[in-house]
Amino acid sequence: MSLKLLKQGLNGSKSLTPMWREQPIKDRYDVVIIGGGVHGLATAYYLAKNHGITDVAILEKRYIGRGGSGRNTTIVRSNYLTPEGILFYDESLKLYEDLSQDFDFNIMFSQRGHLTLAHTDASLRTMRWRAEVNQLQGVDSRVISPDEIKELVPFMDLSDHPRFPVMGALYHPPGGVVRHDAVVWGYAHGADKRGVHIHQLTEVTGIDVEQNKVVAVQTNRGRIKTGTVVNATAGWCTLIADMAGVKLPVETRPLQAAVSEPLKPFLDTVIVSGTLHFYLSQSDRGEIVTGASVDPYTSYSMDATLGFAEGLAGHILELFPSLGKVRLMRQWAGLCDMTPDYSPIMGFTPVEGFLVDVGWGTYGFKTGPVSGKRMAELIATNRTPDLIAPFKYDRFFEGRLVGEKGAASVGR
Amino acid sequence: MILIDCPNCGERNVAEFRFGGEYNPRPQNPDDPASDAAWVDYLYLKENKLGVQKEWWYHRAGCGLWFLAERHTKSHAVEKTYFWEAAK
Ligand SMILES: Cc1cc2nc3c(=O)[nH]c(=O)nc-3n(C[C@H](O)[C@H](O)[C@H](O)COP(=O)(O)OP(=O)(O)OC[C@H]3O[C@@H](n4cnc5c(N)ncnc54)[C@H](O)[C@@H]3O)c2cc1C
Ligand SMILES: [Zn+2]
Repeated sequence: MSLKLLKQGLNGSKSLTPMWREQPIKDRYDVVIIGGGVHGLATAYYLAKNHGITDVAILEKRYIGRGGSGRNTTIVRSNYLTPEGILFYDESLKLYEDLSQDFDFNIMFSQRGHLTLAHTDASLRTMRWRAEVNQLQGVDSRVISPDEIKELVPFMDLSDHPRFPVMGALYHPPGGVVRHDAVVWGYAHGADKRGVHIHQLTEVTGIDVEQNKVVAVQTNRGRIKTGTVVNATAGWCTLIADMAGVKLPVETRPLQAAVSEPLKPFLDTVIVSGTLHFYLSQSDRGEIVTGASVDPYTSYSMDATLGFAEGLAGHILELFPSLGKVRLMRQWAGLCDMTPDYSPIMGFTPVEGFLVDVGWGTYGFKTGPVSGKRMAELIATNRTPDLIAPFKYDRFFEGRLVGEKGAASVGR
Repeated sequence: MILIDCPNCGERNVAEFRFGGEYNPRPQNPDDPASDAAWVDYLYLKENKLGVQKEWWYHRAGCGLWFLAERHTKSHAVEKTYFWEAAK
């Protein structure tokens, strides 16, 4: 790889080939996936790779990675709260560990450790609970004291000066960050190589359903016949589900994030504070990558707000007063598909052939690999894999919500 | 910045308010078993509209009253605000 890079550098990158091709659009596919984010791309990739299903199209309104998949803060972890959640997130983390090999492309997964700070007795109690459930499922996770935190993050104010002093933390060593663009491109490359068609600038405008069965999708480039459609459009998923006549328990909220100017390396873990509503990590380029909770009202706007930047900066300074003079370089927003139980909705719906892989809220980057793998299995076998059965659409009608709020609402 | 016109206090910064979700009336016959689906709809399912949405707001840092607003969910333009009684 590096020798190749050197050669490309010397010959002006003339022999570089594109990572995926533009293909002529067909009027029929076995499977049509709507949304070119990590979920749609991973589903196509595993359909082709694990099941030999290659007559697959990804329809993306703008460009791949334009949604949350290219806007997230790249945190990967599996220290969730519910047993079904932990098993699911942990399979994704394991897949991420092998993904660079699988792609033959470096996704720069840095398992630098993930710290969720506790500032109250109540949150310390929840963390003990989480650590116990995590350990039962074989996930490396434990509660550590302020002394141990000091060793890991000497720059953080662990005195009793902040308004909410740090009382302990849930430490999850295998958690970390990945280069999100590399994951999107890696899946696109792998899917393309195996025959999947990736159609950018292709917007789905309607879904034709006959006798409760999907028969085609309408796009700005014409009608495409298919019996299987996957809705993988995250923040826009309601608009697609409406076209098929399926009502979702989803609310769209913007989530904002920001990066600072680059600094020398000083932080080699991911820090999350649920109480102060912020999280941060330092990128390989030295920028502080930071974010908080979703915006306080539903919206389809991806505009950044001043109120968010002000609140975020104030909270960061509580624990990192030394960052007072650091400037923010960029701020942006993405759309999140929030569900009432902070868990995804995966699989079959009341309309035959209309599948969903939605409800990813603020935590769906880390689940790209496992969702893709398991949705592909569901499509290939026409049966719901056990691992994702708890996340089926019907749970809302059966009163079986999953209840992941305690571990998913701020931590990403 | 969104400005919201509280029907009691007038135009204020959105930070003074709490968003209360899209307007979705309760099922009329709560004891009717046939209304199970209506309850699921009421409790969980959302219109999640892209466009003008009728929604609840609470003026927490002001008069402490709940009211309805019609707001565009992309431009954030607030077209109308009124008390629930006026909506009937
Ligand atoms: C600021 C921010 C920070 C985040 N941080 C984290 C994090 O640290 N860790 C984590 O795990 N998760 C994080 N998330 C959440 C994560 O980014 C998302 O859950 C995930 O990217 C969703 O991926 P997706 O493939 O389902 O959808 P997306 O990547 O959102 O892709 C959906 C695609 O659908 C397309 N589309 C929409 N309508 C149509 C149409 N009509 N026709 C065709 N295409 C259409 C869109 O253009 C878009 O490209 C964060 C999100 C944001 C916004
Ligand atoms: Zn008021």
